[in-house]
Amino acid sequence: MATGRAMHVFQALALAGLLSLGPVSAWAAAIHLGNGTEPESLDIHQSSGVSEANIQRDLFEGLIAEGPDASLIPGAAESWEISEDGTVYTFHLREDGRWSNGDPVTAGDFVYAFRRGLAPETAAAYAFILYPVRNAEQYVGGEITDPEAVGIRAIDERTLEITLKAPTAYFLDMLTHHMAYPLHQASIEAHPDDWMRPGNLVSNGAFTLAEWAPQSHIRLARNPQYHDAEAVALDEVWYYPTEDVGQELQRYRAGELDVTYDIPADQVAWIEANLAAEYRNFPYLGTYYYVVNTTVAPFADNIPLRQALALAIDREVLTQKITRAGEIPAYSFVPPGVMHYEQQTQAFADWSQEERNAQARELYAEAGYGADTPLQIEILYNTSDNHKKIAIAISAMWKQTLGVETTLRNEEWKVYLSSRDEKNFQVVRAAWIGDYNDANTFLELFVSDAGEMNDPGYDSARYDELVKGGAFETDLAARQAMMEEAERVFLADTPLIPIYFYTTQHMVKPGVEGWIDNIKDVHPSHFLSVGG
Amino acid sequence: MLSYTLRRLAGAVPTVFVIVTIAFFMIRLAPGGPFDQERSVPPEIQANLARAYHLDEPLGQQYLRYLGDILQGDFGPSFRYKDFTVNELLADGFPVSLQLGLAAMTIAVIVGFAAGAYAALRRNSAIDIATMSLAMTGIAVPNFVVAPLLTLILGVWLALLPVGGWGGLSHAVLPVVALALPEIAFVARLTRGSMLEVLRADFVRTARAKGLSERAMVVRHALQAAALPVLSFLGPTTAAVITGSIVIEQIFGIPGIGRYFVQGALNRDYTLVMGVVIFYAVIIIALNLLVDLLYPLFDPRVRHD
Repeated sequence: MATGRAMHVFQALALAGLLSLGPVSAWAAAIHLGNGTEPESLDIHQSSGVSEANIQRDLFEGLIAEGPDASLIPGAAESWEISEDGTVYTFHLREDGRWSNGDPVTAGDFVYAFRRGLAPETAAAYAFILYPVRNAEQYVGGEITDPEAVGIRAIDERTLEITLKAPTAYFLDMLTHHMAYPLHQASIEAHPDDWMRPGNLVSNGAFTLAEWAPQSHIRLARNPQYHDAEAVALDEVWYYPTEDVGQELQRYRAGELDVTYDIPADQVAWIEANLAAEYRNFPYLGTYYYVVNTTVAPFADNIPLRQALALAIDREVLTQKITRAGEIPAYSFVPPGVMHYEQQTQAFADWSQEERNAQARELYAEAGYGADTPLQIEILYNTSDNHKKIAIAISAMWKQTLGVETTLRNEEWKVYLSSRDEKNFQVVRAAWIGDYNDANTFLELFVSDAGEMNDPGYDSARYDELVKGGAFETDLAARQAMMEEAERVFLADTPLIPIYFYTTQHMVKPGVEGWIDNIKDVHPSHFLSVGG
Repeated sequence: MLSYTLRRLAGAVPTVFVIVTIAFFMIRLAPGGPFDQERSVPPEIQANLARAYHLDEPLGQQYLRYLGDILQGDFGPSFRYKDFTVNELLADGFPVSLQLGLAAMTIAVIVGFAAGAYAALRRNSAIDIATMSLAMTGIAVPNFVVAPLLTLILGVWLALLPVGGWGGLSHAVLPVVALALPEIAFVARLTRGSMLEVLRADFVRTARAKGLSERAMVVRHALQAAALPVLSFLGPTTAAVITGSIVIEQIFGIPGIGRYFVQGALNRDYTLVMGVVIFYAVIIIALNLLVDLLYPLFDPRVRHD
């Protein structure tokens, strides 16, 4: 009968479909890594996320590379000199530097890559990373059209000269960014639209791209041409998009992953009880905070009010009872552990919460508010359970200590971003992860001409002078003093309220060797191995 | 029949055009753009990005450009997955979603139809009540609860099946089951209801009166008539299931196209959202047409002349 026939057809189709699936690859000397999201791009000039950077770091090697603990080590350059005035860097490339197709890595490859990254038609979102290079910004903006004018040139095959617009203490660290990797010009010109696909991609790092199944996995294979290939223990590195953190943990427990990208916050207690030895939790280069809009009432020119709100938040309660994943209460904007920088903290960092609350009430009254005239404000956050819980807790703390009446407004991510950029908020939740290991990546956000990045609309002549002066200072100690003073000025003015410092969380299988926790959360597969 | 098919196909063209137009302008109305991220980029870089993706042109011009491209079968590059075109993403992902979806629907139809019909024939028996209670549970418990439970039990504790990923037959079992469960429940309830109605119908009474055995009556007449509502249900449901499920794909790490619709919208990946909308619209129209063409096979009263 008809129904039966139809079902047979369906059945046959489904069976054929299932049987046509390929076999599973064998497990060689391979590591399987959870990697967050599907990469936006493997083109070093088109990506901006952490998941992409993890893969690109295995594929490419910049002038300066990162060791297993993220310390700076010689990469494609074996040595370098910096001029007296700190503006001219001369790099000497290693003789045995090779692309995966056997071509030598030359100074010209870096010149080509830098110019491509800065070219307006490339439209690299992260081009600003290279702005310390002379004329880079003008070339991106189209004010200069001659690429020769950009401060990078090849003196010979193995000597590269980079000229900066001003001394930049953190420039070597910036060179580890994917925007500063070299590119193989001939292969890009041969495959202009799909040079980053397996078979086309020519790379100079410890691994090559073997397979890319979008939304499923990316498989890297050892690069025999790599100059340090003998020291590389892994034959294959597998990266999996793991958007669902709960399921990522299940895959890890089932042995399908050796390292997770993240862990589900609601399972930290279970992990600590059952898998404590495999749980890694380490401070990260990032801060979670509330921005107050200093351009409008009630916060414009009202430092006591901002300070009162900052004091009345019990950060210990937030991190221990609500976020519960080892976050560190924050009393500064720049996180601890940043190079060439001593952490600065708000004056009340070592007070008890009772003392803070008492001071908060005084300042609140000084600002002209009280029981009969309570402050009414709105907190904006992007839709997420975690942000919501924090906002509810903070509004309760403000209500309890000061009597502030808070309303909450949540918006979908992109809507929230546009509200924030248009300063359409009173208090907004935000976070910042440093782009490189230097206080500048935090402090430069709030100079008065930083545009949309300056979320609070902070405008302080003294702060501008210190941060911009620090950028030009070649004496490291003097520069550090200026940056630290800048943050003290900033914290006293309280245009934002630091809440906690991020930590990175991973599960790492006992057999994984060479994994060293570090503040940049950088773990080149080059140094990893899987024992047992 | 042929003229009916042609008429329906001709009607589909303006439908797709209206869908394209509404979707194009609706996604552009949403605040924020594809390149907004936590770190606001400097204005000169924003300008370069807008130029590279033609977002600096007037909206009307962008719309005409898009129409021109899709007429040539080109859905454009994805804004979020920049190394791939939308055509490539759909071509890579759809076979996966199709395999999963067809397998799940096959199971749903066989198991659901059998269970529903049996429950109707044994109305108010223990089996009927048990089947319908199970079906209600299947409908009520969402995928995002069932799927992690299945993986925890069968993948982590018993280590019988892989928890995630896509590769062999074993990878397909859990997602197919998770996808099929609620559909089994729907089909079972639908079948039971329609079967009960058919069993009360005049032609069944006539068949019984003519002395046809109960078994022959059920197999030759009742089941066929009871299948009609299920058939109508199958068109849109199969379209939904074979175009992928974001929940199932994210949980099991399956490279289908289900996630592209939601993620594309959240990322303001204009071209990807448009590509998925058009693709989905065409599949729904095609499957509805197929169901309508199949109807006369099941119901002699329906004729497309």
